[in-house]
Amino acid sequence: MSHAFNSGGPVLQDIDLDLARGSFVALVGPSGCGKSTLLRLISGLEAPSSGSIVRLAGTAAVATAAPPVKLAFVFQDAQLLPWRTVLDNVALPLELQGMSRHQARERARGPLAEVELSDVPERFPDQLSGGMRMRVSIARALVTEPELLLLDEPFAALDELTRQRLDERLRTLWLARRMTVIFVTHALAEAAFLAERALVMSRRPGRIVLDRRLALPEERTLALRTEPGFAAETAILYRALAAHGALEDSHAAAEGR
Amino acid sequence: MSRAARREAAALALPPLLTFCAVIALWEGTVRALNVPAFLVPTPSAVLAAAWQERVALGGSLVTTAQGACSGFLLSVTLGTAIGVLFSLSRWLERGLYPYALFLQTVPIVAVAPLLVLWFGPGLRAVSVSAFIVSVFPIIANTLAGLRSVDPRLADLFRLYGAKLGDTLLKLRLPAAIPSMLTGYKVASGLAVIGAIVGEFVAGFSEGNAGLGITVLAAYRQLRTDLLFAAVLLSSLLGLSLFALVNAAASLLLRRLRARG
Repeated sequence: MSHAFNSGGPVLQDIDLDLARGSFVALVGPSGCGKSTLLRLISGLEAPSSGSIVRLAGTAAVATAAPPVKLAFVFQDAQLLPWRTVLDNVALPLELQGMSRHQARERARGPLAEVELSDVPERFPDQLSGGMRMRVSIARALVTEPELLLLDEPFAALDELTRQRLDERLRTLWLARRMTVIFVTHALAEAAFLAERALVMSRRPGRIVLDRRLALPEERTLALRTEPGFAAETAILYRALAAHGALEDSHAAAEGR
Repeated sequence: MSRAARREAAALALPPLLTFCAVIALWEGTVRALNVPAFLVPTPSAVLAAAWQERVALGGSLVTTAQGACSGFLLSVTLGTAIGVLFSLSRWLERGLYPYALFLQTVPIVAVAPLLVLWFGPGLRAVSVSAFIVSVFPIIANTLAGLRSVDPRLADLFRLYGAKLGDTLLKLRLPAAIPSMLTGYKVASGLAVIGAIVGEFVAGFSEGNAGLGITVLAAYRQLRTDLLFAAVLLSSLLGLSLFALVNAAASLLLRRLRARG
């Protein structure tokens, strides 16, 4: 599968990817390498210039034009509706799919509890911290019980400690639910901490230069970041990035966005 | 009110109040000292006296003009918002009709007013339409701009969940557009009063009550400059009050919706 915008050269080239159901995949690369574009293609928000994206629903391998799997997208910055309360923001996807407001609000309480925000359902987004807003955004993504969860650098704007806590929580949520997760980030440590499998992308036009199954335990706590095995995995990702020139002059690549 | 709040309120109100007193005093003094004839520039005290003397007639005129301005304004809010929403739904509709909506903004209302009399008859209806024509465009433009200003990622979110057109409009675009729409309403409220008074110049002659525009014309013909001043002052007061009313309603609504504007 390849993709190019109308203006300029290809953004993505020869991406050939198979994702196992229930896996947690991190997509790492320099800014401007097309990882966000890849995520949009997978979500169906954009169609590839050549090749195709097939999402398999359940066990029956049927590929249709409409996304057959239930998917959810978490954007950079929480992207909440400022005029809706926390609970109403989480209930939104269900309302849009035709559920009554009352029923949607009741169903939204579950995911809100999972991100530990049960005590602030009637607050408005501007009364929350950045980390709390992001948790609301994750609860909103979980409310439809998606089989595929796409996250586009969700924690990039948060401070390091908040980000590490959210990483840990996301990991826990995944262990409990086992949906397929694709997590885009430019932070190597975050990718190593979260994922079972890490894909490293080159500079534009983006290609996948490393596809690695991480040799790390299933249960992961904040302490994992200090262990030698973790450092070794991060180093492997780092070397893959460096080998493809992704680290030099990443600003020039970013300007092409 | 705390002492600090009182001091702050005083600091806000005092400068314009002082300016007002100084201008009035200077005006009164200069006109008296130079013996300016009253038909050219009346003294503030003469204007006040004329306003008091004609208070019944002026009050009636105020009500008449307020009726024209308010009904024109409400017409603008209803139709302008509806047109803005329609334009936002279809690029084709917008491209096809926007230039003609712009025409409403640029047409000299004084030149069109005789037509309004022909079509709607003299009186309230023609005056309301005049107020409508003058005030509708900012509402269309601001509604459209607000509806179009939605964050593309939020639009993506709605698309991902297969939101219906009505849901996207009611749950995303309209709430997001409200601050911008309210700005349009505020601008339109002041314009509606101007439109009503200009309309009255041409179309205000009906058997019943004359509006402030008619009062201005009549006072001018009789060289009752003091009354003319009083009528002009009342017109501005009417515009200010309508604006203040819309502004207060807008702030209230914004606070309830928590949309930041």
